[in-house]
Amino acid sequence: MGATVTTNEHALLDGGPGPLGATYGKMMMWFFILSDALTFSGFLAAYGFSRFKFIETWPIADEVFTHFPFLHGVDAPMYYVALMTFILIFSSVTMVLAVDAGHHLKKTKVAIYMLLTIVGGFIFLGSQAWEWKNFIKGEYGALETTGGSVLQFVDKEGKRVALADFAKVLPEERERLTRDKGVWFMGESSIPSFSVAEVTEGFKANPDIYIRSEFTKDKKKIVLSREESLKRIEDAKYVVEGANLAHNEYGHKLFADFFFFITGFHGFHVFSGVMINIIIFFNVLLGTYERRGSYEMVEKVGLYWHFVDLVWVFVFTFFYLV
Amino acid sequence: MAHAHESNTKRIWTVFGILSVITTVEVVLGILKPEALHMTSFLGASPLNWIFIILTLVKAYYIMWAFMHLEGEKASFRLSIVGPLVFLILYLCFILLVEGNYIYHVYKTGHLEWIF
Repeated sequence: MGATVTTNEHALLDGGPGPLGATYGKMMMWFFILSDALTFSGFLAAYGFSRFKFIETWPIADEVFTHFPFLHGVDAPMYYVALMTFILIFSSVTMVLAVDAGHHLKKTKVAIYMLLTIVGGFIFLGSQAWEWKNFIKGEYGALETTGGSVLQFVDKEGKRVALADFAKVLPEERERLTRDKGVWFMGESSIPSFSVAEVTEGFKANPDIYIRSEFTKDKKKIVLSREESLKRIEDAKYVVEGANLAHNEYGHKLFADFFFFITGFHGFHVFSGVMINIIIFFNVLLGTYERRGSYEMVEKVGLYWHFVDLVWVFVFTFFYLV
Repeated sequence: MAHAHESNTKRIWTVFGILSVITTVEVVLGILKPEALHMTSFLGASPLNWIFIILTLVKAYYIMWAFMHLEGEKASFRLSIVGPLVFLILYLCFILLVEGNYIYHVYKTGHLEWIF
Protein backbone atom coordinates (compact mmCIF):
# COMPACT_ATOMS: atom_id res chain seq x y z
CA MET A 1 0.00 0.00 0.00
CA GLY A 2 2.86 2.29 0.81
CA ALA A 3 3.90 2.25 -2.81
CA THR A 4 0.83 4.16 -3.95
CA VAL A 5 1.32 7.08 -1.58
CA THR A 6 3.51 9.83 -2.95
CA THR A 7 5.11 12.29 -0.62
CA ASN A 8 6.94 15.39 -1.66
CA GLU A 9 8.88 16.24 1.47
CA HIS A 10 12.07 14.87 -0.09
CA ALA A 11 11.66 16.65 -3.41
CA LEU A 12 15.01 18.38 -3.38
CA LEU A 13 15.79 17.41 -6.93
CA ASP A 14 13.71 17.93 -9.99
CA GLY A 15 10.99 15.38 -10.24
CA GLY A 16 11.08 14.40 -6.59
CA PRO A 17 10.61 10.88 -5.35
CA GLY A 18 8.29 8.68 -7.33
CA PRO A 19 5.97 5.98 -6.07
CA LEU A 20 8.93 3.82 -5.02
CA GLY A 21 10.12 6.53 -2.66
CA ALA A 22 13.39 7.12 -4.48
CA THR A 23 14.35 9.93 -6.81
CA TYR A 24 14.67 9.17 -10.49
CA GLY A 25 18.48 9.20 -10.50
CA LYS A 26 18.83 6.93 -7.52
CA MET A 27 16.30 4.49 -8.84
CA MET A 28 18.02 4.32 -12.22
CA MET A 29 21.39 3.79 -10.55
CA TRP A 30 19.85 0.87 -8.70
CA PHE A 31 18.42 -0.62 -11.84
CA PHE A 32 21.74 -0.19 -13.63
CA ILE A 33 23.39 -2.01 -10.73
CA LEU A 34 20.75 -4.73 -11.00
CA SER A 35 21.59 -5.35 -14.65
CA ASP A 36 25.33 -5.16 -14.02
CA ALA A 37 24.97 -7.61 -11.14
CA LEU A 38 23.28 -10.03 -13.50
CA THR A 39 26.18 -9.64 -15.95
CA PHE A 40 28.66 -10.57 -13.23
CA SER A 41 26.41 -13.43 -12.14
CA GLY A 42 26.53 -14.67 -15.71
CA PHE A 43 30.34 -14.64 -15.66
CA LEU A 44 30.60 -16.36 -12.32
CA ALA A 45 27.97 -18.93 -13.25
CA ALA A 46 29.90 -19.60 -16.47
CA TYR A 47 33.00 -20.11 -14.34
CA GLY A 48 31.01 -22.59 -12.26
CA PHE A 49 29.82 -24.32 -15.40
CA SER A 50 33.38 -24.82 -16.69
CA ARG A 51 34.58 -25.87 -13.31
CA PHE A 52 31.85 -28.48 -12.93
CA LYS A 53 32.55 -29.64 -16.46
CA PHE A 54 36.27 -30.15 -15.72
CA ILE A 55 35.88 -30.81 -12.03
CA GLU A 56 38.64 -33.43 -11.89
CA THR A 57 41.31 -31.32 -13.54
CA TRP A 58 40.50 -27.82 -12.27
CA PRO A 59 43.47 -26.05 -10.62
CA ILE A 60 43.42 -25.57 -6.86
CA ALA A 61 43.33 -21.81 -6.29
CA ASP A 62 45.39 -22.04 -3.09
CA GLU A 63 48.32 -23.36 -5.09
CA VAL A 64 48.04 -20.66 -7.73
CA PHE A 65 47.87 -17.49 -5.68
CA THR A 66 50.60 -17.83 -3.08
CA HIS A 67 52.47 -14.56 -3.26
CA PHE A 68 52.69 -11.74 -0.79
CA PRO A 69 54.73 -8.54 -1.27
CA PHE A 70 58.24 -8.68 0.25
CA LEU A 71 57.86 -12.34 1.18
CA HIS A 72 59.76 -14.10 -1.54
CA GLY A 73 59.56 -17.85 -1.62
CA VAL A 74 57.14 -17.92 1.29
CA ASP A 75 54.02 -19.90 0.61
CA ALA A 76 51.28 -17.46 1.57
CA PRO A 77 47.96 -18.51 0.10
CA MET A 78 44.96 -16.22 0.57
CA TYR A 79 46.68 -13.51 2.60
CA TYR A 80 47.08 -11.18 -0.33
CA VAL A 81 43.50 -11.46 -1.58
CA ALA A 82 42.29 -11.09 1.98
CA LEU A 83 44.26 -7.85 2.16
CA MET A 84 42.70 -6.68 -1.10
CA THR A 85 39.26 -7.51 0.29
CA PHE A 86 39.95 -5.43 3.38
CA ILE A 87 41.15 -2.50 1.28
CA LEU A 88 37.95 -2.56 -0.73
CA ILE A 89 35.70 -2.98 2.31
CA PHE A 90 37.47 -0.10 4.00
CA SER A 91 37.09 2.17 1.00
CA SER A 92 33.41 1.23 1.05
CA VAL A 93 33.27 2.42 4.65
CA THR A 94 34.85 5.79 3.81
CA MET A 95 32.37 6.11 0.94
CA VAL A 96 29.39 5.50 3.17
CA LEU A 97 30.83 7.97 5.67
CA ALA A 98 31.01 10.53 2.85
CA VAL A 99 27.34 9.89 2.05
CA ASP A 100 26.50 10.25 5.72
CA ALA A 101 28.38 13.55 5.96
CA GLY A 102 26.52 14.65 2.82
CA HIS A 103 23.21 14.22 4.60
CA HIS A 104 24.41 16.78 7.13
CA LEU A 105 25.70 19.06 4.34
CA LYS A 106 29.23 19.00 5.75
CA LYS A 107 31.28 19.85 2.71
CA THR A 108 34.80 19.37 4.11
CA LYS A 109 33.97 16.04 5.64
CA VAL A 110 32.44 14.78 2.40
CA ALA A 111 35.57 15.87 0.51
CA ILE A 112 37.95 14.16 2.94
CA TYR A 113 36.04 10.89 2.90
CA MET A 114 35.73 10.98 -0.89
CA LEU A 115 39.48 11.49 -1.16
CA LEU A 116 40.12 8.51 1.13
CA THR A 117 37.79 6.42 -1.01
CA ILE A 118 39.70 7.40 -4.14
CA VAL A 119 43.01 6.52 -2.50
CA GLY A 120 41.58 3.14 -1.45
CA GLY A 121 40.44 2.54 -5.01
CA PHE A 122 43.91 3.25 -6.38
CA ILE A 123 45.54 0.96 -3.82
CA PHE A 124 43.16 -1.80 -4.81
CA LEU A 125 43.93 -1.29 -8.51
CA GLY A 126 47.65 -1.40 -7.79
CA SER A 127 47.22 -4.62 -5.81
CA GLN A 128 45.34 -6.15 -8.66
CA ALA A 129 48.06 -5.18 -11.12
CA TRP A 130 50.60 -6.88 -8.89
CA GLU A 131 48.45 -10.00 -8.69
CA TRP A 132 48.14 -10.08 -12.47
CA LYS A 133 51.88 -9.61 -12.87
CA ASN A 134 52.61 -12.65 -10.69
CA PHE A 135 49.99 -14.71 -12.43
CA ILE A 136 51.26 -13.83 -15.91
CA LYS A 137 54.89 -14.33 -15.02
CA GLY A 138 54.35 -17.70 -13.37
CA GLU A 139 56.62 -19.32 -10.87
CA TYR A 140 57.67 -22.87 -11.65
CA GLY A 141 56.91 -23.46 -15.30
CA ALA A 142 55.38 -26.62 -16.72
CA LEU A 143 55.07 -28.73 -19.83
CA GLU A 144 52.00 -28.95 -21.98
CA THR A 145 51.06 -32.04 -23.97
CA THR A 146 49.51 -32.24 -27.42
CA GLY A 147 46.15 -32.92 -25.82
CA GLY A 148 46.35 -29.83 -23.63
CA SER A 149 47.25 -31.46 -20.30
CA VAL A 150 49.68 -29.60 -18.08
CA LEU A 151 52.55 -31.54 -16.51
CA GLN A 152 54.04 -29.97 -13.40
CA PHE A 153 57.15 -31.14 -11.58
CA VAL A 154 57.51 -32.04 -7.92
CA ASP A 155 60.21 -33.54 -5.73
CA LYS A 156 59.90 -36.53 -3.39
CA GLU A 157 57.97 -34.58 -0.75
CA GLY A 158 55.55 -33.29 -3.35
CA LYS A 159 57.01 -29.79 -3.29
CA ARG A 160 56.97 -27.97 -6.61
CA VAL A 161 60.21 -27.77 -8.59
CA ALA A 162 60.94 -25.01 -11.06
CA LEU A 163 62.09 -25.89 -14.58
CA ALA A 164 65.26 -23.85 -14.08
CA ASP A 165 66.28 -26.16 -11.20
CA PHE A 166 66.71 -29.25 -13.31
CA ALA A 167 66.56 -28.45 -17.02
CA LYS A 168 69.76 -29.26 -18.90
CA VAL A 169 71.30 -26.67 -21.15
CA LEU A 170 71.78 -28.27 -24.54
CA PRO A 171 73.84 -26.83 -27.37
CA GLU A 172 70.83 -25.81 -29.37
CA GLU A 173 69.55 -22.52 -30.64
CA ARG A 174 66.02 -21.49 -31.33
CA GLU A 175 65.20 -18.20 -32.81
CA ARG A 176 62.11 -16.24 -31.97
CA LEU A 177 59.61 -16.25 -34.80
CA THR A 178 58.88 -12.68 -35.72
CA ARG A 179 56.06 -11.35 -37.84
CA ASP A 180 58.34 -10.32 -40.73
CA LYS A 181 59.71 -13.87 -41.04
CA GLY A 182 56.44 -15.69 -40.47
CA VAL A 183 53.70 -16.33 -42.94
CA TRP A 184 50.16 -15.13 -42.51
CA PHE A 185 50.11 -13.61 -39.04
CA MET A 186 52.50 -16.11 -37.55
CA GLY A 187 54.75 -14.94 -34.80
CA GLU A 188 55.36 -15.18 -31.08
CA SER A 189 55.94 -12.62 -28.40
CA SER A 190 58.73 -14.53 -26.69
CA ILE A 191 60.23 -17.98 -26.49
CA PRO A 192 60.38 -19.98 -23.25
CA SER A 193 63.65 -20.13 -21.31
CA PHE A 194 64.03 -23.84 -22.09
CA SER A 195 63.09 -26.14 -24.93
CA VAL A 196 61.07 -29.32 -24.44
CA ALA A 197 64.22 -31.37 -25.17
CA GLU A 198 66.17 -29.53 -22.47
CA VAL A 199 63.47 -30.13 -19.87
CA THR A 200 63.10 -33.79 -20.91
CA GLU A 201 66.86 -34.43 -20.71
CA GLY A 202 67.08 -32.72 -17.36
CA PHE A 203 64.13 -34.75 -16.10
CA LYS A 204 65.73 -38.02 -17.17
CA ALA A 205 68.97 -37.09 -15.44
CA ASN A 206 67.25 -36.29 -12.12
CA PRO A 207 65.65 -39.41 -10.62
CA ASP A 208 64.19 -37.46 -7.69
CA ILE A 209 61.76 -35.49 -9.78
CA TYR A 210 58.22 -36.63 -10.52
CA ILE A 211 55.43 -35.39 -12.73
CA ARG A 212 52.32 -34.09 -11.08
CA SER A 213 49.24 -34.56 -13.22
CA GLU A 214 46.22 -32.29 -13.36
CA PHE A 215 43.92 -34.92 -11.93
CA THR A 216 42.58 -34.38 -8.46
CA LYS A 217 42.01 -37.09 -5.90
CA ASP A 218 40.94 -36.29 -2.34
CA LYS A 219 41.47 -32.60 -3.12
CA LYS A 220 45.14 -33.15 -4.01
CA LYS A 221 46.74 -33.42 -7.42
CA ILE A 222 47.91 -36.94 -8.30
CA VAL A 223 51.69 -37.38 -8.52
CA LEU A 224 52.80 -40.01 -11.04
CA SER A 225 55.39 -42.67 -10.28
CA ARG A 226 58.83 -42.32 -11.84
CA GLU A 227 58.04 -44.88 -14.60
CA GLU A 228 54.73 -43.26 -15.42
CA SER A 229 56.43 -39.87 -15.38
CA LEU A 230 59.08 -40.97 -17.87
CA LYS A 231 56.36 -42.27 -20.16
CA ARG A 232 54.22 -39.18 -19.75
CA ILE A 233 56.99 -36.72 -20.57
CA GLU A 234 57.21 -38.15 -24.08
CA ASP A 235 53.85 -36.47 -24.83
CA ALA A 236 55.13 -33.02 -23.97
CA LYS A 237 54.94 -30.49 -26.73
CA TYR A 238 55.36 -27.01 -25.26
CA VAL A 239 57.14 -25.42 -22.38
CA VAL A 240 54.73 -23.13 -20.57
CA GLU A 241 55.92 -20.37 -18.29
CA GLY A 242 53.24 -18.30 -16.63
CA ALA A 243 49.80 -17.83 -18.03
CA ASN A 244 48.09 -16.08 -20.88
CA LEU A 245 44.85 -16.61 -22.76
CA ALA A 246 46.22 -19.60 -24.70
CA HIS A 247 48.50 -21.40 -22.24
CA ASN A 248 48.48 -21.71 -18.50
CA GLU A 249 51.16 -23.35 -16.37
CA TYR A 250 48.81 -23.65 -13.37
CA GLY A 251 46.49 -26.10 -15.05
CA HIS A 252 43.38 -25.84 -17.14
CA LYS A 253 43.50 -23.01 -19.68
CA LEU A 254 39.96 -21.92 -18.92
CA PHE A 255 41.04 -21.11 -15.38
CA ALA A 256 43.40 -18.42 -16.67
CA ASP A 257 40.82 -17.18 -19.17
CA PHE A 258 38.19 -16.76 -16.48
CA PHE A 259 40.71 -15.21 -14.13
CA PHE A 260 41.68 -12.57 -16.67
CA PHE A 261 38.14 -11.96 -17.77
CA ILE A 262 36.35 -11.78 -14.44
CA THR A 263 38.97 -9.97 -12.38
CA GLY A 264 39.71 -7.79 -15.41
CA PHE A 265 36.09 -6.82 -15.80
CA HIS A 266 35.85 -6.16 -12.09
CA GLY A 267 39.06 -4.14 -12.19
CA PHE A 268 37.61 -2.12 -15.04
CA HIS A 269 34.60 -1.36 -12.86
CA VAL A 270 36.87 -0.29 -10.02
CA PHE A 271 38.77 1.94 -12.42
CA SER A 272 35.63 3.63 -13.76
CA GLY A 273 34.38 3.90 -10.18
CA VAL A 274 37.55 5.75 -9.18
CA MET A 275 37.20 8.05 -12.19
CA ILE A 276 33.58 8.87 -11.32
CA ASN A 277 34.57 9.39 -7.69
CA ILE A 278 37.23 11.87 -8.80
CA ILE A 279 34.70 13.86 -10.82
CA ILE A 280 32.29 13.97 -7.90
CA PHE A 281 35.15 14.83 -5.53
CA PHE A 282 35.97 17.92 -7.60
CA ASN A 283 32.31 18.85 -7.76
CA VAL A 284 32.20 18.66 -3.98
CA LEU A 285 35.27 20.92 -3.76
CA LEU A 286 33.74 23.38 -6.19
CA GLY A 287 30.63 23.50 -4.02
CA THR A 288 28.24 22.27 -6.70
CA TYR A 289 26.23 20.18 -4.25
CA GLU A 290 26.51 22.82 -1.54
CA ARG A 291 24.66 25.23 -3.82
CA ARG A 292 22.21 22.53 -4.89
CA GLY A 293 21.47 21.91 -1.23
CA SER A 294 21.68 18.15 -1.67
CA TYR A 295 24.52 15.68 -1.79
CA GLU A 296 22.44 13.02 -3.50
CA MET A 297 25.00 12.74 -6.28
CA VAL A 298 27.54 11.46 -3.73
CA GLU A 299 24.95 8.93 -2.65
CA LYS A 300 24.50 7.73 -6.24
CA VAL A 301 28.21 7.20 -6.96
CA GLY A 302 28.36 5.65 -3.50
CA LEU A 303 25.86 3.03 -4.64
CA TYR A 304 28.08 2.20 -7.59
CA TRP A 305 31.17 2.01 -5.40
CA HIS A 306 29.48 -0.34 -2.93
CA PHE A 307 28.36 -2.47 -5.83
CA VAL A 308 31.99 -2.86 -6.93
CA ASP A 309 32.78 -4.01 -3.39
CA LEU A 310 29.81 -6.38 -3.47
CA VAL A 311 31.04 -7.99 -6.68
CA TRP A 312 34.51 -8.42 -5.19
CA VAL A 313 33.02 -10.26 -2.21
CA PHE A 314 31.62 -12.83 -4.63
CA VAL A 315 34.73 -13.00 -6.81
CA PHE A 316 36.78 -13.56 -3.64
CA THR A 317 34.56 -16.46 -2.60
CA PHE A 318 34.21 -18.20 -5.92
CA PHE A 319 37.72 -17.68 -7.24
CA TYR A 320 39.82 -18.04 -4.14
CA LEU A 321 37.86 -19.79 -1.41
CA VAL A 322 35.47 -22.37 -2.80
CA MET B 1 11.99 10.04 5.41
CA ALA B 2 13.61 11.36 8.54
CA HIS B 3 16.00 8.42 8.63
CA ALA B 4 18.12 9.98 5.92
CA HIS B 5 19.10 12.88 8.10
CA GLU B 6 20.15 11.25 11.32
CA SER B 7 23.74 10.19 11.68
CA ASN B 8 24.48 6.54 11.03
CA THR B 9 28.18 6.60 11.90
CA LYS B 10 27.82 4.08 14.68
CA ARG B 11 25.91 1.67 12.49
CA ILE B 12 28.53 2.05 9.73
CA TRP B 13 31.41 1.09 12.02
CA THR B 14 29.43 -1.82 13.46
CA VAL B 15 28.82 -3.16 9.97
CA PHE B 16 32.49 -2.68 9.11
CA GLY B 17 33.33 -4.74 12.20
CA ILE B 18 30.93 -7.50 11.17
CA LEU B 19 32.30 -7.60 7.61
CA SER B 20 35.90 -7.72 8.86
CA VAL B 21 35.15 -10.53 11.29
CA ILE B 22 33.39 -12.57 8.60
CA THR B 23 36.27 -12.07 6.15
CA THR B 24 38.81 -13.06 8.81
CA VAL B 25 36.83 -16.20 9.61
CA GLU B 26 36.71 -17.05 5.91
CA VAL B 27 40.45 -16.58 5.47
CA VAL B 28 41.29 -18.61 8.58
CA LEU B 29 39.02 -21.44 7.46
CA GLY B 30 40.45 -21.20 3.94
CA ILE B 31 44.00 -21.60 5.23
CA LEU B 32 43.37 -24.22 7.91
CA LYS B 33 40.83 -26.24 5.93
CA PRO B 34 39.65 -28.41 8.83
CA GLU B 35 39.55 -32.03 7.74
CA ALA B 36 36.04 -32.66 9.03
CA LEU B 37 34.63 -29.78 6.99
CA HIS B 38 36.83 -30.05 3.93
CA MET B 39 36.91 -33.73 3.07
CA THR B 40 33.27 -34.57 3.74
CA SER B 41 30.34 -33.89 1.51
CA PHE B 42 27.00 -32.35 2.28
CA LEU B 43 24.34 -31.70 -0.40
CA GLY B 44 26.84 -32.03 -3.23
CA ALA B 45 29.61 -29.82 -1.81
CA SER B 46 31.88 -29.89 1.21
CA PRO B 47 30.48 -28.24 4.35
CA LEU B 48 33.39 -25.81 4.14
CA ASN B 49 32.19 -24.55 0.78
CA TRP B 50 28.67 -24.18 2.10
CA ILE B 51 30.02 -22.13 5.01
CA PHE B 52 31.89 -19.89 2.55
CA ILE B 53 28.80 -19.37 0.41
CA ILE B 54 26.55 -18.64 3.38
CA LEU B 55 29.08 -16.19 4.87
CA THR B 56 29.34 -14.48 1.49
CA LEU B 57 25.58 -14.05 1.36
CA VAL B 58 25.64 -12.61 4.87
CA LYS B 59 28.29 -10.12 3.76
CA ALA B 60 26.25 -9.25 0.66
CA TYR B 61 23.24 -8.66 2.88
CA TYR B 62 25.15 -6.23 5.11
CA ILE B 63 26.67 -4.36 2.16
CA MET B 64 23.32 -3.96 0.44
CA TRP B 65 21.23 -3.25 3.52
CA ALA B 66 23.59 -1.03 5.51
CA PHE B 67 26.06 0.50 3.03
CA MET B 68 23.75 0.78 0.07
CA HIS B 69 21.02 1.71 2.51
CA LEU B 70 18.32 -0.62 1.29
CA GLU B 71 17.05 -0.86 4.86
CA GLY B 72 15.86 2.75 4.58
CA GLU B 73 14.08 2.28 1.25
CA LYS B 74 10.45 1.37 0.73
CA ALA B 75 9.69 -2.34 0.77
CA SER B 76 8.38 -2.17 -2.79
CA PHE B 77 11.65 -0.64 -4.03
CA ARG B 78 13.70 -3.22 -2.15
CA LEU B 79 11.66 -6.02 -3.62
CA SER B 80 11.97 -4.66 -7.17
CA ILE B 81 15.77 -4.94 -6.84
CA VAL B 82 16.31 -8.02 -4.72
CA GLY B 83 13.47 -10.06 -6.24
CA PRO B 84 14.81 -10.27 -9.83
CA LEU B 85 18.36 -10.77 -8.55
CA VAL B 86 17.53 -13.69 -6.30
CA PHE B 87 15.25 -15.38 -8.79
CA LEU B 88 17.46 -14.97 -11.88
CA ILE B 89 20.73 -15.84 -10.17
CA LEU B 90 19.29 -18.98 -8.59
CA TYR B 91 17.87 -20.01 -11.94
CA LEU B 92 21.12 -19.26 -13.80
CA CYS B 93 23.24 -21.16 -11.30
CA PHE B 94 20.86 -24.10 -11.25
CA ILE B 95 20.74 -24.50 -15.00
CA LEU B 96 24.46 -23.96 -15.67
CA LEU B 97 25.78 -26.07 -12.83
CA VAL B 98 23.48 -28.97 -13.57
CA GLU B 99 24.48 -28.81 -17.21
CA GLY B 100 28.19 -28.60 -16.36
CA ASN B 101 27.87 -31.65 -14.16
CA TYR B 102 26.04 -33.50 -16.92
CA ILE B 103 28.79 -32.76 -19.46
CA TYR B 104 31.37 -33.95 -16.93
CA HIS B 105 29.61 -37.31 -16.80
CA VAL B 106 29.36 -37.48 -20.57
CA TYR B 107 33.12 -36.96 -20.83
CA LYS B 108 33.85 -39.40 -18.06
CA THR B 109 31.69 -42.25 -19.27
CA GLY B 110 31.95 -41.62 -23.00
CA HIS B 111 34.44 -43.37 -25.22
CA LEU B 112 36.11 -40.18 -26.35
CA GLU B 113 39.37 -39.33 -24.67
CA TRP B 114 39.29 -35.59 -24.23
CA ILE B 115 42.45 -34.87 -22.31
CA PHE B 116 45.70 -36.71 -22.97
